Amino acid sequence: MATAMILLPRTVIRAGDVVMLKAMISHPMETGFRRTETGGEIPRNIIRQFSCRYMGELVFSCDFHPAIAANPFLSFPVIAARTGPLEFVWRGDNGFLHREQAMLQVAAS
Amino acid sequence: MTRRAALALALGCLLLGPAPADEIHASQRLSGYDMMGAEAQAMQRDDFANPAMLAVKEGEGLWNAVPGQGRPSCQSCHGNAAASMKGVAARYPAREASTGRVLDLPGQIQTCQSERQGIAPAARESAALLALEAFLAMQSRGAPLASPRARGLDDAVSRGEALYRQRFGQLDLSCAQCHSQNWGRSLGGTRIPQAHPTGYPLFRMEWQAIGSLQRRFRNCMTGIRAEPFPPGAAEWIDLEIYLKERAAGMAMDAPAVRP
Repeated sequence: MATAMILLPRTVIRAGDVVMLKAMISHPMETGFRRTETGGEIPRNIIRQFSCRYMGELVFSCDFHPAIAANPFLSFPVIAARTGPLEFVWRGDNGFLHREQAMLQVAAS
Repeated sequence: MTRRAALALALGCLLLGPAPADEIHASQRLSGYDMMGAEAQAMQRDDFANPAMLAVKEGEGLWNAVPGQGRPSCQSCHGNAAASMKGVAARYPAREASTGRVLDLPGQIQTCQSERQGIAPAARESAALLALEAFLAMQSRGAPLASPRARGLDDAVSRGEALYRQRFGQLDLSCAQCHSQNWGRSLGGTRIPQAHPTGYPLFRMEWQAIGSLQRRFRNCMTGIRAEPFPPGAAEWIDLEIYLKERAAGMAMDAPAVRP
């Protein structure tokens, strides 16, 4: 089972602000190119896709490939509109699926 | 100095033996953190960029989890870890008062699991055990490593030092030859550290995973083409005790990041 961490800015956010979101998840990101000591193939096990939705709208997504290190860390900007839920979803090989939720608090201006 | 005092001093030196010439003076001691690059240091300082914090989070969940009906969680005996476990990891390995066994931190967790919780202990180097270790080590961040001699582990310190100075493997190298006599110099592309175990368990970028001190030991042993001791062997624990005596007083920076 994966563990994920989400970091939202700790400062007061107002409508229109560009805020940086950070997300990290525990995952081995096994490339599929490595072999065991006895020569057997280690099957690929990576995250394939990440997406972030803000109040249901897709605001960021990206595809992952084998050259990405273990425990992928992402940082990306969104424009704050009003207080609303953020949903982070990671999908990968072997049916991997992990969801995290957070609430973006936007102060009344 | 009177003649008698001089005699006593000479006798004392004879009994204790001279300090090894390669012993690193306290003012010259550097942790792995001090010796690594600025980027890796920045990664460790930022709890959000440090991948070992994922294990800490997982460990916190395990600390509070009830392993089965009628079985206690860690939390139900020990309470709030931030208070009850503060500085505890800095005092391991330790002698268990009731049995006299010397246990390292993962060994203590395994003992609690089998004897207090009545569950199958997590295997060494398993994700669950590393997570609990990381969570406990986190509670001792900044605490100075306690001297094992001060808690009566003199025998283990001596055995550990003998292992530290013993040559092993096809390359016929001892720990001391690299980590006491050649620290700071290059071995391949990396600098040889002084081998102070302040940050374990830690995230090593080479491993792309969090790992224990014994994993590090195994790496060194296979590196000098020696056969490592089995996981949890008494030799590893003696060696850990000696290294912690050698590093006594240095601040813990666990869970650390290392290249």
